Amino acid sequence: MTDERIVAVTMPKWGLSMQLGKITAWIVAEGDDVSAGDDLADIETDKIAGTLESADGGTVRRIIARVGEDVPVSGTIALIAPAGVSDGDLDAAVAEARAVIDAGVPDEAAGGPAVEAAEVGGRKISYVGTGQDGDVVLLVHGYGGDRNSWLFLQEPMAARHRVYALDLPGHGTSSKDVGDGSVGTLADAVLGVLDAIGAERAHLVGHSLGGAAAAAAAARDPRRVSSLTLIAPSGFGPEINAGYLRGFADAQTRRELKPVVGQLFADESLVTRQVVDDLLAYKRLDGVDAALHTLLGTLLDGDRQRTGSAAAVAAIGGAVPVTVVWGRADRIIPAAQAEALAGAARHLLDGAGHMPHMERPAEVQAAIEEAIARAG
Amino acid sequence: MARTITYREAINEALAQEMERDESVIVMGEDNAGGEGSPGEMDAWGGVLGVTKGLYNKFPGRVLDTPISESAFIGAAIGAATAGMRPVAELMFVDFMGVCFDQIYNQAAKFRYMFGGKAVTPVVIRTMYGAGLRAAAQHSQCLYPLFTHIPGLKVVLPATPYDAKGLMTQAIRDNDPVMFFEHKALYDLAGPVPEESYALPFGEANVVREGADVTIVALGRMVHTSLEAAQQLAAAGVECEVVDLRTTSPLDEDTVLESVEGTGRLVVVDEAHPRCSVATDISALVARKAFGSLRAPVEMVTAPHTPVPFSNALEDIYIPDAQRIVNAVKTVAEWAR
Repeated sequence: MTDERIVAVTMPKWGLSMQLGKITAWIVAEGDDVSAGDDLADIETDKIAGTLESADGGTVRRIIARVGEDVPVSGTIALIAPAGVSDGDLDAAVAEARAVIDAGVPDEAAGGPAVEAAEVGGRKISYVGTGQDGDVVLLVHGYGGDRNSWLFLQEPMAARHRVYALDLPGHGTSSKDVGDGSVGTLADAVLGVLDAIGAERAHLVGHSLGGAAAAAAAARDPRRVSSLTLIAPSGFGPEINAGYLRGFADAQTRRELKPVVGQLFADESLVTRQVVDDLLAYKRLDGVDAALHTLLGTLLDGDRQRTGSAAAVAAIGGAVPVTVVWGRADRIIPAAQAEALAGAARHLLDGAGHMPHMERPAEVQAAIEEAIARAG
Repeated sequence: MARTITYREAINEALAQEMERDESVIVMGEDNAGGEGSPGEMDAWGGVLGVTKGLYNKFPGRVLDTPISESAFIGAAIGAATAGMRPVAELMFVDFMGVCFDQIYNQAAKFRYMFGGKAVTPVVIRTMYGAGLRAAAQHSQCLYPLFTHIPGLKVVLPATPYDAKGLMTQAIRDNDPVMFFEHKALYDLAGPVPEESYALPFGEANVVREGADVTIVALGRMVHTSLEAAQQLAAAGVECEVVDLRTTSPLDEDTVLESVEGTGRLVVVDEAHPRCSVATDISALVARKAFGSLRAPVEMVTAPHTPVPFSNALEDIYIPDAQRIVNAVKTVAEWAR
């Protein structure tokens, strides 16, 4: 860039394996003024579709990537700059960006960080880490998810932290044996991964059932947990969408699974064929059906939710700062249960269902960063 | 599932994992183990194109070389299945079905029915099919329509490594006789495959590309040719939905009909001959059950009604290619009464 006032809007990296993204629609046009958080463009990868939000404010002076064009991750797709920046400087930056897009994916980009495995209680627990410096952050997914649930968060957060995501027992590429399936067994996996990576302390971020596991891990050993961020966590009140849980566990076909998965999101159009196909492929692995049905018993008591998490947070007793994030449009566990977390920093997000880290990733990241900063 | 392996390796892995899981699973066929005259038992040949390579040493005594007598060893596999084993027998080329067809269509396919459900025949017959290897008229045919015609047989044609592993796993666990068709030209195709075991249900077609304008129903190798055509057509503004049948028996009628109800236009792509085939079967299905949705006559892209030619030049034009599919799609897309 010839003028440092030019801000490059780049192709985000959504998921550690993402190498290319395609703009499916520009929401802004050249000349528009944008603020941080405004939607800029709809982007599609081979895994998922999402909306890119602006990280900065200013005037969109140039749009570089065309609709339908494949752009390598981190390639510049637009330029934001104040009126004082000359057209000549902008055009030079455009030419530079165009060359990167036309060159395609560099060879050395193949791969991404390797999946590692810890052995915890005789089970293989898979995890993947990225980021060189800073505190350890461990991301714990929910029921039926896996480490890729964090695709919008893990890479951006790795700029400032060492960010790990694990697969709970019964999920992803971890062992499908969940034993008794208790929250305690899941918490063992969380602490076991901290042991495996040699982290004395970490910031734990847990979603849904992973929130219950993270809270249980923190209750067991509060000295190892610098902060606890719970995203739509399970176990804080009796209400839960038991129909969703049973529907997810029982679905055998794409036709059965798709409407169930739709309930996770405020915007059901996020449930692409690829999302459903990936979930179906997971559900068809040997042992997953038994694991998911065992874990149903951890979450449910009849049609009500078991509420062990509240006791876990009470046991932590203020030793660990707690943050709670919830989507107001959550159709799985009602956002009102955030009130059960007295003393926690609370973030209730509009336009998000049960998966705020997928639907409003920038706001969830900001909440986690705030929790980390607050923990000092 | 980041790991990538080939179609050949995916089938081998399914066999190995099921042999590990269930000791009643055995593998048999011509040169499936050492093979007469090969370096022998330390380096098994693994069948003519190496699909079962390596199993012999992992599972001593459970990978059997057979004489070149399909009537004997296919019959033996079916008999072993009725007696409690789960044999996977390799009929090297499906073109050789003629010498063992009685055992398949008149014995294995009938036992469950004729014994009132008291007998099951959990046998898998693996077999290679398809043109493209310069193997001429007697080693290149697509004879799956003949098996699809027979009630009591399940007929499976994976198009990808992922499907090959999951469908083979299901084939072995299934209690009915399964004809498992492997296209020779797909063995080196690589794709993502989970390391763990998984079974894909029979009778579930896969929509491998979504599109609103024209439905292409394909199977086996033709799925890839159809995707190539669909990509060219997308550049020309025609969006194709490509349906991979995966199994012809049982047949997933719903997925085909739902797709045609969305697009109103159908092209069926089948490497087999055009008469009494999967292409005619799908065309008839749609004509009967989705007639009201059709906005153009159905088109079929198939091989011609001739033996597979030995001449390289003729074999190349014998096999349906992307250009013929593009032409057929344009015909139905532009059709006007």
